[in-house]
Amino acid sequence: MNKQKHWYDYLWIVSLLYLALGFVNILCAWIGLLCFFIPLLFAIIGGNKLYCNRYCGRSQLFDILGKKFKLSPDKPVPNFLRSHAFRYGFLAFFMLMFLNMLFTTYLVFSGSAGLTQAVTLLWTLQLPWHWAYSGGVPEWAAQFAFGFYSIMLTSTILGVITLLLYKPRAWCVYCPMGSMTQLICKWKHKN
Amino acid sequence: MKRLAVVDIDLCVSCGACAKACPRGAIGVYKGMYAKVDAAKCIGCGLCARTCPASVITVVNMDE
Repeated sequence: MNKQKHWYDYLWIVSLLYLALGFVNILCAWIGLLCFFIPLLFAIIGGNKLYCNRYCGRSQLFDILGKKFKLSPDKPVPNFLRSHAFRYGFLAFFMLMFLNMLFTTYLVFSGSAGLTQAVTLLWTLQLPWHWAYSGGVPEWAAQFAFGFYSIMLTSTILGVITLLLYKPRAWCVYCPMGSMTQLICKWKHKN
Repeated sequence: MKRLAVVDIDLCVSCGACAKACPRGAIGVYKGMYAKVDAAKCIGCGLCARTCPASVITVVNMDE
């Protein structure tokens, strides 16, 4: 089992760093767009899920928490969680919330709304986060950062909850990026 | 009796956790769609089945 380690086996450090940077300077949240575009590019251009299979730092982090730190009971996920209905339903819900976040960014851009210096957890719980922002960019750019970081932190929390209940990488079962890139690959290789 | 890992490709999320767990490189994600087992390499140890987050891999006994 002693497989040779590669540089990409350490990308969990980048994931951890990303989450930490959001507490210091919210504008770093913009970097998270890489986790959105790289898997899509792999799927659209390469027709593969190399991002999930090799480069996803978050899944490595869940593996470490679950296996090394033994935080996961290693139980199978319930059947509904791995059903197509739930996976694609969650993807649709996630995309809807993403569009909602983009709309909020637009409202700030157009001047119809002011900047909200808060991180929203699980789409409901608004936490003050003003310490991580000190200006210097247009307000819409900051609003996007707060919104995007909210999504990243929320999905990490969901992943941690499911790793505490089921298997370390239970998040991968319903990860919206994973579902989306798998759908793209299936479409791409349809005969 | 030969043992072999079998993947339920309909429920597979193609995350690749199985490929990371396999000590023989006998399982991998096929074109981003699902995990595929190389029957010639698989020894049916079950490490992939144990790590699979979606629990879609089972080890079966094959009659030789």
